[in-house]
Amino acid sequence: MSEATALGAATTPVLSRQRLGLAALWLVLILVPFWVPFVGGYTQLAGRALVLGLAAMALNFLLGFTGVMSFGHAAWFGLGAYGTGLMLRYVTSSTLLATAAGVLLGGVLGTLLGRLLVRRRGVYFAMITIAFGQIFFYIAYRWNSLTGGDDGLRGFQRQPIGFGRLLLDIQGNDIALYYYLLFVFAICVGLMGLLLGSPFGRTLIAIRENERRARFLGIDVERQIWLSFSLSCFFCSAAGALYALLNNFADPMTLHYTLSGEIVIMAVMGGMRSFWGPLLGAAVFVVLQDYVSSMTVNWMSFIGLLFVLVVLFAPRGLLGVLQRETPR
Amino acid sequence: MTQLVLFNVTNGLIVGAFYVLMALGLSLILNLSNVINFAHANFLTLGGYFAYMLIPFIGFWAALLVAPLLTAIVGIIVERLMIRRVYGRDPVYSLLLTFGLAFILQDMCRYVWGTQGLPLAVPTSIAQPLSADLFFITGYRVFMVVIVLVAVSALFAFLRYSRAGIRIRAGILDLETVAALGVNVQLLRSLNFAVGIFLAGLAGVLAAGQIGLNPNMGDSLLMPSFIAIIVGGVGSLAGTLFGGLLIGVAAAVTTVFYPTAADAVIYVIMALVLLARPRGLFGEEGMMS
Repeated sequence: MSEATALGAATTPVLSRQRLGLAALWLVLILVPFWVPFVGGYTQLAGRALVLGLAAMALNFLLGFTGVMSFGHAAWFGLGAYGTGLMLRYVTSSTLLATAAGVLLGGVLGTLLGRLLVRRRGVYFAMITIAFGQIFFYIAYRWNSLTGGDDGLRGFQRQPIGFGRLLLDIQGNDIALYYYLLFVFAICVGLMGLLLGSPFGRTLIAIRENERRARFLGIDVERQIWLSFSLSCFFCSAAGALYALLNNFADPMTLHYTLSGEIVIMAVMGGMRSFWGPLLGAAVFVVLQDYVSSMTVNWMSFIGLLFVLVVLFAPRGLLGVLQRETPR
Repeated sequence: MTQLVLFNVTNGLIVGAFYVLMALGLSLILNLSNVINFAHANFLTLGGYFAYMLIPFIGFWAALLVAPLLTAIVGIIVERLMIRRVYGRDPVYSLLLTFGLAFILQDMCRYVWGTQGLPLAVPTSIAQPLSADLFFITGYRVFMVVIVLVAVSALFAFLRYSRAGIRIRAGILDLETVAALGVNVQLLRSLNFAVGIFLAGLAGVLAAGQIGLNPNMGDSLLMPSFIAIIVGGVGSLAGTLFGGLLIGVAAAVTTVFYPTAADAVIYVIMALVLLARPRGLFGEEGMMS
């Protein structure tokens, strides 16, 4: 039952210490614009960590809680980014509509392609998701007239959001933007927590722990995995949509399998058996990448070394080590 | 038009031959050790650079053999020190490990040999076009195809007739039983890994002669090699061979009619194969699940 405590938003009453931790975490997230400058960061960087954290948590919904390994999640992330960018550039000036368009584009395509994948397992599932993910990279790369090709999609701006009389100026104000990101993040994370705490979430964990037993209990394993994959795609494209807003730019490299690998390492480094681990992993990764790439041109070696070190010496991740959960 | 199509089909077969060399090595490692070697393309690049360093001293012909051997030795070291430690664990770890290795190897190549492309000197005896009409068929291209044919035949003969090859094939079917019969499985895996990396190194030397050297030269071959394996069917080396040639030619023929889609067409083929025959064209039932 260790997951119940890690879920945070689980429906059953949990230890008060857990609740306290959760409240502290949200407080830290809400107060980011106030403390980050004092530790040498900037709000834009915190936004990046939050968005990639959402992507890693979305991946972990599948990887950590269903036990199915996708190595192609950059596809859904990138589609979210392009969906939002294209919508803002060609169709509407509403940030909310554009965000929704990004989520739908990645989520729906992920759901459709997921149908082809659900019978595969393990390393083969990973291999096919990598290959499928690259389709969208090549489309974005080649379809110059629509996507800007190699240079990426430019020429759109996130627009201020109006709530009645209130205007949230996410265009000019970095802090307002951060709160919009946090708002969408909170919705997605809350939904993930609710889903994982529900009977559906229990089913997914049952599949992860012992697929054959779950099948004999009458669970339609393929259907549940497809559902989990689709939900994960929707959450991941939400992260991508936010990423486009954050940068006012959609880059074909957001669709590339390199980013897929980075999302996986974030989840694993943070701890793929814990709900919040991937967020921590993403924060560490983003800060490290920012720091190392400003120090040396050989930053790729350092990132590669990070991958190797995590796999060989900290396979349970940062939170996994703290919680001392039993490894599989 | 006929010449154009012929030109592209020839091109496709040659590109396909590279996919085959890459994919056969990947496939060997995947089948026996259940590891997707993301760094495979970087071993290919390493092979090319080794040949570049060796040619001034021992000439092209010797380098063609020695450079892949050196690459295979690097492969064995990497396998012994790192990859061995993730066998039998959740496949996410082997993927991440080889992914990180790919980053490191690429960066090392860039650090040692620079980002600028380097040419690889090919003997003039094989660099001439064979005839004026078919100007695109240079001796080097024929030579590449011959070498690939020899390498693939040698691989299949090794797997069919040698004791180690038979053990590898048995291990692909049931590694536990092979271990129980007293075969040193660790050694078998190292050997199998080395054979796969040797093929990548060989492809690297050949490719360097055709397109020159740069630190990313292998990257464009990695995804098509994955697709060759998926299309051909996991577990079947003959399938990988066929899959590699098929997507090579398909991409080249698409270039004639609709160049923009040349990169995407191989993914379409993969999707169609997975829809119609999920195990791949030559795959055994159950190998991919």
